[in-house]
Amino acid sequence: MYEKAPLMEVLLVSLLNGLVYGMLLFMLASGLTLIFSMMGVLNFAHASMYMLGAYFAYSVSRVIGFWPALVIAPILCGVLGALIEMYALRRVHRNGHIAELLFTVGLAFIIEKGVQMAWGLLPYRVPPVLDRALFHIYGSNFHAYRGFMLLISVLMFVAIWLLLTRTRIGLVIQAALTHPEMVGALGHNVPRVFTIVFAGGSVLAGLAGVIGGNYLVTEPSMAATMGPIVFVVVVFGGLGSLTGCFVASLIMGLVQTYAVVLDVSFADLLARLGLHVTSATPLAEVLTMPLPRVGALLPYLMLILVLLLKPRGLMGTRDT
Amino acid sequence: MSEGAIRTTARPVAADGAVGFLRRQWPWLATLAFAVVVPWFSYDWSTGRHSGFIVSMLSQIGISIVFALSYNMLMGQAGLLSFGHAVFLGLGGYVTAHVLNAAKGGAVPLPLELTPLAGALGGLGFAIVLGYFATKQRATAFAMITLGIGELITSCALMFQTFFGGEGGVSTNRMTGHSLFGLGYGAPIQVYYLIVAWTALSMVGMLFLSRTPLGRMANATRDNYERAQFVGYDPRMVRFFQFALSGLFAGIAGALYTLTYEIVTYDTVAGPMSANALLMTYIGGVGVFAGPVVGAVLIVLLQSWVSLLSNSWLVYAGVLFILMVTFAPMGLTGLVLMHQPIWRGGRMGRLVGPYLRLLVPALLVVLGFVLAVELCSFLTIGAAQGKSFTLSRITIDPRGAGAWLVAGLLLVGGGLWLRVAMHGFGVAWSAVTEDVKRAEVRA
Repeated sequence: MYEKAPLMEVLLVSLLNGLVYGMLLFMLASGLTLIFSMMGVLNFAHASMYMLGAYFAYSVSRVIGFWPALVIAPILCGVLGALIEMYALRRVHRNGHIAELLFTVGLAFIIEKGVQMAWGLLPYRVPPVLDRALFHIYGSNFHAYRGFMLLISVLMFVAIWLLLTRTRIGLVIQAALTHPEMVGALGHNVPRVFTIVFAGGSVLAGLAGVIGGNYLVTEPSMAATMGPIVFVVVVFGGLGSLTGCFVASLIMGLVQTYAVVLDVSFADLLARLGLHVTSATPLAEVLTMPLPRVGALLPYLMLILVLLLKPRGLMGTRDT
Repeated sequence: MSEGAIRTTARPVAADGAVGFLRRQWPWLATLAFAVVVPWFSYDWSTGRHSGFIVSMLSQIGISIVFALSYNMLMGQAGLLSFGHAVFLGLGGYVTAHVLNAAKGGAVPLPLELTPLAGALGGLGFAIVLGYFATKQRATAFAMITLGIGELITSCALMFQTFFGGEGGVSTNRMTGHSLFGLGYGAPIQVYYLIVAWTALSMVGMLFLSRTPLGRMANATRDNYERAQFVGYDPRMVRFFQFALSGLFAGIAGALYTLTYEIVTYDTVAGPMSANALLMTYIGGVGVFAGPVVGAVLIVLLQSWVSLLSNSWLVYAGVLFILMVTFAPMGLTGLVLMHQPIWRGGRMGRLVGPYLRLLVPALLVVLGFVLAVELCSFLTIGAAQGKSFTLSRITIDPRGAGAWLVAGLLLVGGGLWLRVAMHGFGVAWSAVTEDVKRAEVRA
């Protein structure tokens, strides 16, 4: 159906959808990039927090509705994150970065199976108030819930930005991003800052789960599908740079959305140049593969390319 | 990366002939002999058949040993954390499947015994191409690139039909009719012995590789890559060679996988398989050559045994992982090696009592934990599958309060007792180590 629609319309609708998805990615990736840059922990359980956010929100919203859940579920995730950091991660920290990383891998295993045992696949739905078209654009609907997601993520972006640039703790966090040892030497309580950042990152991941879980799908494997993409975003954007993370999130969101709607392949491009691909052509399968099917590959290809050309990522301030 | 925490024990090879060789290597030779004999314990003389479960589990152990050791060439020996090592196992497996299919058609008259060479070449080839990119970086960037490569190849495996066979994978038939010894390889036990032979060969190969200048330089770049650079070596080339050779051995593991299961699907290149290599290697211990072997045996045994009884393997694996990284970052072999000075000082006997006192509360906690997890599991997943929770013919109702109470009591009571026992053990441990140190000083 998209082939018949005018190109402008496809581009504009996809731009909006890509923004929504990109902002969702940013909500997850911003927490991860802070944790990763400050503590050096590759937190494999970060996407599990996103999943827990969605499941908590479902349970809470069944009792007292979606709006309280929007606040309560992320707070639950934050408390959980703080507990994990204070009582487990800090202990493991002595055993080095690999031990910390493997700790989060183990945690992700447990959360995945725990969620499967406690909830399973859920019919977590968009609240009815927002389940309608917000406006029409070239005849296609822009769903109200997408607008709501965009609103929440922009609000969150502004809140983080204000927190990091206008408050004392924000300045300490910013300094610890690039010079953690120096911040400790200046007498700041770095372990407490770590706890705050880990809890804060978990709150953001939980919030992403609350608003993303019903937009995408709430199932025990949602952490495993989202996890790698978020890592790609963080490394692509560069360590220690929230701006890089933001740009990378939007690029990933747009690339993945556009890849789905643009139904072209290398063969089509070659055909424009007068070269026709037949089944006898070498690598015919690769050349005729339509872009929407390749979409899943693109983030990883981009990651590898960026790391080869710019090891620090797009706007990274330190070596990985 | 934890600098200095990883040690590789290097002993000079003494020239004292066969007796010395036997004395040094008897654990390996005993393991090999055990591997040859063990299927016959499950031999059913009335039907003349081996237990299929045992043989397939033993085959899987062999495959996992090669895979975990090849992973440790990166993680333990070169300090390179990879998240995509399964790629080379899987690609080696795919190459082997295609070679087997060609051999079946008569195009390649390769004896079945040598097909792992095809897997090895496949693994090596892909590791050279992909490793060229990945080894440009080290540390976290390397880990992220391998994560990307792993996801990339997994997506490719689902997408492309010609090489990967899409979602269905590539199936093959190991009975090609070409054999060096005239064997048919229809029976799994024949394949098992082939796996034993190739596992032993690969182990010897990897052990010797770790003692070559390349292996030593890999250790050096792991511990301090800048100093290795000053000495005049290019750490990148060291990483690259190590990566390529590790891909070769992973390819052998993949070939053995193909010979065992006769089908290769995208699972073999996917993330959970890579995580498995990490799990086995880390739990066994990265500091000792035998570490991944111990880890592979243990994890495969646990996995087969637990998944027979329960569907909560992931929870147990996660808890095992967390306990290991928290309390034993050098793995099981690391724990054993911690006792070496005490053993040499002849004071092991004094630890037996404290260990036994630790054992009882630890067992109680494990029991309570397993009971709680299984109760949870039967409450939801078991109920959905219509199964009931039975323990030696007693049916336990997961909705009743009794079982939960028992589990809670075991967990809390055992936990408190364990705390006390751990404290006592700590006191005994430090007393014994002090004693050993003082004895050493006197001597």
